[in-house]
Amino acid sequence: MAYKFNFSFLADRWPAFLEGAWLTVQLTVTSIALGFLVGTICAVLRVYGNGLTRRIVGAYVEIIRNTPLLVQMFIVYFGIASLGVKLSAEVSAVIALVINAGAYTTEIMRAGIESISKTQLEAADCLGLSRFDTIVHVVLLPAMERVYPALSSQFVLLMLASSVTSQISAEELTAVANVIQSDTYRSFEVYLIVAALYISLSFVYRFLFTLTGMILFVRRRKLGTAL
Amino acid sequence: MAFDANGAVLAEPQGDAVVKVRDVVKFFGQLKVLDGVSLDVKAGDMVAIIGRSGSGKSTLLRCMNGLEDIQEGKIVICGHEVGYGQSNRADLRRDVGMVFQSYNLFPHLTVQRNITLALTLVKKKSKAEAQRLAEQVLDQVGLADKMLSYPEQLSGGQQQRVAIARSLALSPQVMLFDEVTSALDPELTVEVLRVMEDLAKGGMTMILVTHEMAFAQRVANQVVFMHKGKVWEAGPTRELFSSPKTSEFAQFIGTGL
Repeated sequence: MAYKFNFSFLADRWPAFLEGAWLTVQLTVTSIALGFLVGTICAVLRVYGNGLTRRIVGAYVEIIRNTPLLVQMFIVYFGIASLGVKLSAEVSAVIALVINAGAYTTEIMRAGIESISKTQLEAADCLGLSRFDTIVHVVLLPAMERVYPALSSQFVLLMLASSVTSQISAEELTAVANVIQSDTYRSFEVYLIVAALYISLSFVYRFLFTLTGMILFVRRRKLGTAL
Repeated sequence: MAFDANGAVLAEPQGDAVVKVRDVVKFFGQLKVLDGVSLDVKAGDMVAIIGRSGSGKSTLLRCMNGLEDIQEGKIVICGHEVGYGQSNRADLRRDVGMVFQSYNLFPHLTVQRNITLALTLVKKKSKAEAQRLAEQVLDQVGLADKMLSYPEQLSGGQQQRVAIARSLALSPQVMLFDEVTSALDPELTVEVLRVMEDLAKGGMTMILVTHEMAFAQRVANQVVFMHKGKVWEAGPTRELFSSPKTSEFAQFIGTGL
């Protein structure tokens, strides 16, 4: 028996899909921005910090990379609640996503920072630049440029992984879909639409990352040229 | 006489040497690279350190700028005792410039920003003042039209001249050159050497590690020949080259290395 597709629910439900998608965008853009900041600071501490900061950052990265995002999110959501602090599902979702993105960013940026040759640091040192100025003005941008493809795909993955925040009822795209499919019983159709929306978001994100890269990294690095 | 980047005459340290190296010993692990090196450089001197690969000449230069630590002895430049990671490093950096074999320009910054970076961050100059200085030093090395280029758009010789300009913009008292032409083909070497010769004529105190024997012989007024981590022979250029005292030095200049 052939399955009969029925998308008639879209007529009055389409605004809900778009609202869900918009919340996904808000959650993930915030998490990517803060996660990048956290990860970059941690990467600097991991490479240039003392034994203690290196070990702390190392432990953070290992814990996050070896546990599921869903579990991390439950721990944040119920953990904070059990401390008596009432946070909305959305704020808890952002905190969990930032912690997660921060750990992966740390590893990616660490690779970038370590790839900057020692001679660049010596040149900055000989010009009298402080350690802080050297990291900010000499190291970070070229480091980021080298790992930018890895960084942007990690952030697209984060956007897709944000669907698990539906589990703590953050009303993002997947959560909206869960509600609509239980109302309409058109599960297959609903998730096909959700998939299409995620694909569209991915393409938009990738395009924006490419654009940002073109603005940030003015000179075009030729492969195989010394830096 | 010494000039700063503005062409103003700087107060000269009276009589005493600006660079004093005393009995310096340096190990890389078990390997003794510098074995009791002593050396004096007076203001306005151009000293060429020559010698075979592995004789310790680059290491000596790097020790002078605190890029390597020393195990024994003492190095004093412009009154600042050099120590690895020491607290007076900022004073040392203010007075000593260094240019490297691999240029070490910052690839993500324009030529102009490469030069103004330390001027604005370290010397706290205004943006306008820093740019004016950048123009001036670039003009001095003949690259005034490359202000907005990126390093990768320049030839090796041009990059090295920018590196010299970047160092010069900070008005150092002493400039160290670590095999600055070793990565360049002969044609590009000439343009870099010409800039260095102009600097020497302007009275800059310069110490260079070099393989350009003809250049050292023509422009340097003092030559230091290093061998096995020691200053084997040193003195005024003409004297040294016309009558080598040791067979090692005679052999070294004889083979044209």
